[in-house]
This record gives sequence, structure tokens and C-alpha cells, in this order.
Amino acid sequence: MTLENQQKLEKMALSVREHIVRLSTDGGCFTGASLSCADLLVYLYSDFLNVRPDNLQDPTRDYLFLSKGHDVPALYGTFVELGFIDKARLDQHLSTDDHIYWHPNRNVPGVEFHSGSLGHLPSVALGVAMDCRMRGQDNKVIVITGDGELNEGTVWESLLVASAHKINNLTLVVDRNHFQANVATEDLIPLEPLAPKFEAFGCEVRRIDGHNFEQLADTFSALPFSETKPSVIICDTVRGRGLPSIEARADRWFCNFSADEVAELLRELHSQVATTLTSETLTVR
Amino acid sequence: MNYEELIKETALADERLVVMTAENRALIRNLPAVLGPRFIDTGITEQTLIGAAAGLALRGRVPVVHALATFLTLRAFEFIRTDVGIGKLPVKLSGFVPGFLSDGNGPTHQAIEDVSLMRGIPGMTVFAPADEQDMLAMLPAIWASPAPAYVRINTRPATYEHTLFELGKAEIVAEGTDITILTYGMLFEQTLVARELLQAQGKSVGLINLRSLKPIDEAALLDVVRRGSLIVTVEDHFITGGLYSILAEVLLRNQLTARVLPLALEERWYRPGRLSAVLEYEGFTGHHIARRITEYLGESGAAIAEGPAVLENEFAE
Repeated sequence: MTLENQQKLEKMALSVREHIVRLSTDGGCFTGASLSCADLLVYLYSDFLNVRPDNLQDPTRDYLFLSKGHDVPALYGTFVELGFIDKARLDQHLSTDDHIYWHPNRNVPGVEFHSGSLGHLPSVALGVAMDCRMRGQDNKVIVITGDGELNEGTVWESLLVASAHKINNLTLVVDRNHFQANVATEDLIPLEPLAPKFEAFGCEVRRIDGHNFEQLADTFSALPFSETKPSVIICDTVRGRGLPSIEARADRWFCNFSADEVAELLRELHSQVATTLTSETLTVR
Repeated sequence: MNYEELIKETALADERLVVMTAENRALIRNLPAVLGPRFIDTGITEQTLIGAAAGLALRGRVPVVHALATFLTLRAFEFIRTDVGIGKLPVKLSGFVPGFLSDGNGPTHQAIEDVSLMRGIPGMTVFAPADEQDMLAMLPAIWASPAPAYVRINTRPATYEHTLFELGKAEIVAEGTDITILTYGMLFEQTLVARELLQAQGKSVGLINLRSLKPIDEAALLDVVRRGSLIVTVEDHFITGGLYSILAEVLLRNQLTARVLPLALEERWYRPGRLSAVLEYEGFTGHHIARRITEYLGESGAAIAEGPAVLENEFAE
């Protein structure tokens, strides 16, 4: 990857993080889970996917399904940066005048399908991938799940079926930020060793640093990993990445900061010096 | 023409149609060879089946999806509600062995809350054909509609020559001044017998085959209510959420009341056995239905004749 491109992606990811922080007030949002996949979404939409504001109805476009729907601020932030939606729509967060709420929905251009209930979109993406193949089209179909989401049996059921049907145009990406809602994954339902689990379900697996654009580019550009198997990319990430004051903290799940804290956190994104936060964090949503 | 031939003919004429199943192939065994990749068997995975059907529908397909009615509507309920329902996608659900048709399987297989569940989903349509002929008359319109649909699959041979099907319209078999029986699905053939037996006792008995439970033919129901006869709802479904509830909703919406006898399953699963034995035990043969109505009217049912033997269920998987 050229230095120029690297800098472009970093700059965009920083802007997306600013959008996420600005959405973390006046009702709040799932800040930590959004920050962990911001780099992934920025890379995919700006450098990898054949998806643009002007080809959203084209059946040969690529598809991205966000199964961990609570990280939608990262998706909407990316959509603003790439011109899918107007920045003014983010000011309508949680207003009934628009459809910008805690989970994605198809009233927002670029959102392929609604989500929020975990474990659904691997199967929906499977159906789309099956149809693309049936029609002889080579669309790439990506579905992003959380790691806590891997508790849901339907994720594994879908991979079992995808593997049986040799659906190699389907790629499941795990945002491995190591946290469920309230506790570390390994303290509740341990997932490791994770890659062998996917391998045992008939997938071809890669594991990378989900914040490293070079690794993201090298890995995604090698898709499909197999002629006969679905692909899985485990992206090791950090919950809250970019805000040292909330990074990798179990008690920062759903954040609803005060206006002053948002101003502090926007500075923190640039300085990388932790702020002292006083807002209570909701652990249940 | 049977179910498989109809789906084959429809699929060959319309490339949007794909046939999916969670390994329930009893009625569609010959389709893999005919449809090739447009026949998708996901194995015993009702949830993934529905999610994938939603994905295929997003791409413009019309998936006709097969599973046992109970696993389809219960195991996959949230996928139907959330992926098909919120998505407003034209996924067509074919539920095998609904209601009493799962005869000897036991309570795990008894889809007797399916109508209640499916009609509670915004935009979902719900159909229950009386027999195979009725079903074949209904399916082309159901599959051609842009709405998601749930169909109680029923392949029992017809004992009545049905009229043409119109979406949302009930079939008025007879009008009566003393009693009107409202029913849907496989119990239609028993209500046909019950009507004969009651007519033989000098009663004027109306009979309506609802066919479509959502949308409901409200005009037909209101017409019966205005006629002022005793109304009997007959259904192989829990009393909550099925036809009796639908009628109550229609009455309240129109600020009306009526004298209604509900024959349904109350607060328990039915006793498993061969179909004829189940109907005997649970009181749903034509003879039993006629007796129960007569006794409700305060008269002796002793004079009610026996009906013909109940044809056993051939379809099992």
C-alpha cells in the first residue's frame, strides 16, 4: 500500500471516529463496538468493495451486510465520508423525523439489510451469495459479525450450509474486539481457539490486525481464499479503539456522554491522551 | 395436477421462483432433477433456511420454502418476523402437516398456534386450504402476490367441488338461518359432514370455508352475523389467536355481538394417534361436531347419525 493511500485511509478513519463520538451523546450509542470496526469499514468501502452511491441498485455490485448492527455509527460515518448520505442526517440521530437510530435500516442508502438481532445476517448474506452464484455473477458478499455474536448458533449453522453448498463468494468477517456487551468474551463464553473452529466448519480462515490497513488490503485482495470454501477473516481489534479513555474496557458498552465530554473526546482522538470521564455508562441496552 | 406438478410448472414459467426446504421433501421429491440450482436444501436448519430465503428474495427471487409447519413457524419465528416481515419480502412459506395433520407425531409436531403467530406479523398473509383441490386453486394467486405468505399445506383429496379462488375471499358453501359453521383447512371435510347430519335433523345450516385468514373476508363474516344464526367456529388450532379470535376482532371493530360456539383446542395439546382416532378423541369428526352443536342448543344429540369413516392421513414425513 502506498504511503499516500495509507494516509488517506487514516484521515478518513479519524473523521469517522469523530462522527462516532458526536453520536455518543443526546441519547448515546454503542461507541466502543463502533470504534473497533471503523478502520475495517473505511478500508472496505473506500478501497475494496464495488459499492458506490451511484451503483446501489446494480445487481452486480458487491454486498456488505453488517450483522453486528449496533456498530452502525461506524457505517454511517463511513457513508458520510464517501457521499452515500449527507452529514446533516447524523444530526437527526434518534429523531423520529429520520431513520438514524441505534441499528441499521434500509431507509439509509447503502444499508443492504436491517440488523440488530444478532446471528441473522450470515444466513441472509448466504442467500444473496447463492443467488449471485446461480446467476454466474462474481459479486463479493461480505458479512461482518461481532465476536460476542458468535454465541448465536445460527452463525455456525449458516457456515455449515455455506460450506456444504461450496459458497466461496461469501466472506464472514469477525470484528474480534474481545468483548461481549458487558464482559470479556473469554470470561463468559470463551471463543479461543477461534480459527480452528471456523476451519472445522469448512471455511478457509485468515487472522489479521483489524486496525492495520496494509494487512487488511493484503488479506481482502486475496479473496476468495478457496475455490470451494467460504472465507473467514478474523480481525483482531480493540473495543473503543482511538479513545484511550474507553479502550478495552468492559464497563464502556453503551455510551451517552455530556456535551463537554464529547468536546474532550474529540480532542482525545487527536492527542491520544486519556480524558477523565464522569458519565455513567449503561451496561444494558 | 398435484402440489409438485404445480410448483414445477410455475417454476419453469417463472425463473424468479426457487424451491427451498429444510430437508422436508415428501411433496417435492422430484424437483431437484428438474430445477437444478433453483432447488436448495439447507438441511435441518429452519432459521438459516428463512434467512437465506430472505437473501434470495432481496435479489428478486420468490422462494417457496418448505418445512414442517411447527418448526417453520416456531423455530424460525424470529427470522420470519425480522427478516421476512420487517423486510416485506415475498417469501412463501409452505407448512407441512399443520393442525391435526401431524396426527401421530405428538405435541412437538403440533402446529396449532401457527395461524396466531403468522397473522401477528405485519404484512404477512395466511391461508388454509380445505383440501388438495382447494390448495391448487389458491396457490397461483398466493405465489404471484408481492406479499409474504404462510400456507397450511393440505393434500387431502377433495370431497367438495370448490369455486374459483379470489385472494381474501371466503368460499360460501351454503347459507343457513339456524346455524352457520365457519371453518378452514382440513376440518372443512368434517364440517361438510356435520352440515349434512344437522340438515337431516331439520336445521338450516350455513357453511363457510374461510380459505384466507389474513386478509379475512370481513364482509362475509358480517353477513353471517347479520343473519342472526348461531355461529360455530371450527378449527384445529388453539382457541387463542385463530378464527374465534379473528371473529371476535371483527365483531368488536364493528360494535356488534353474536352467539358464537367455538370448537377449538383449549389450553392443551391434542392426543396423538391415527387421524381418525384423533378426531374421535378430540370431538372433531363430522358426527361429533354435529352432536356438540346440537347439545349446545340444549337438544339431545342421540338422533345424530354416524358420518362416513374418516380417511386416514397418507402424508407423513
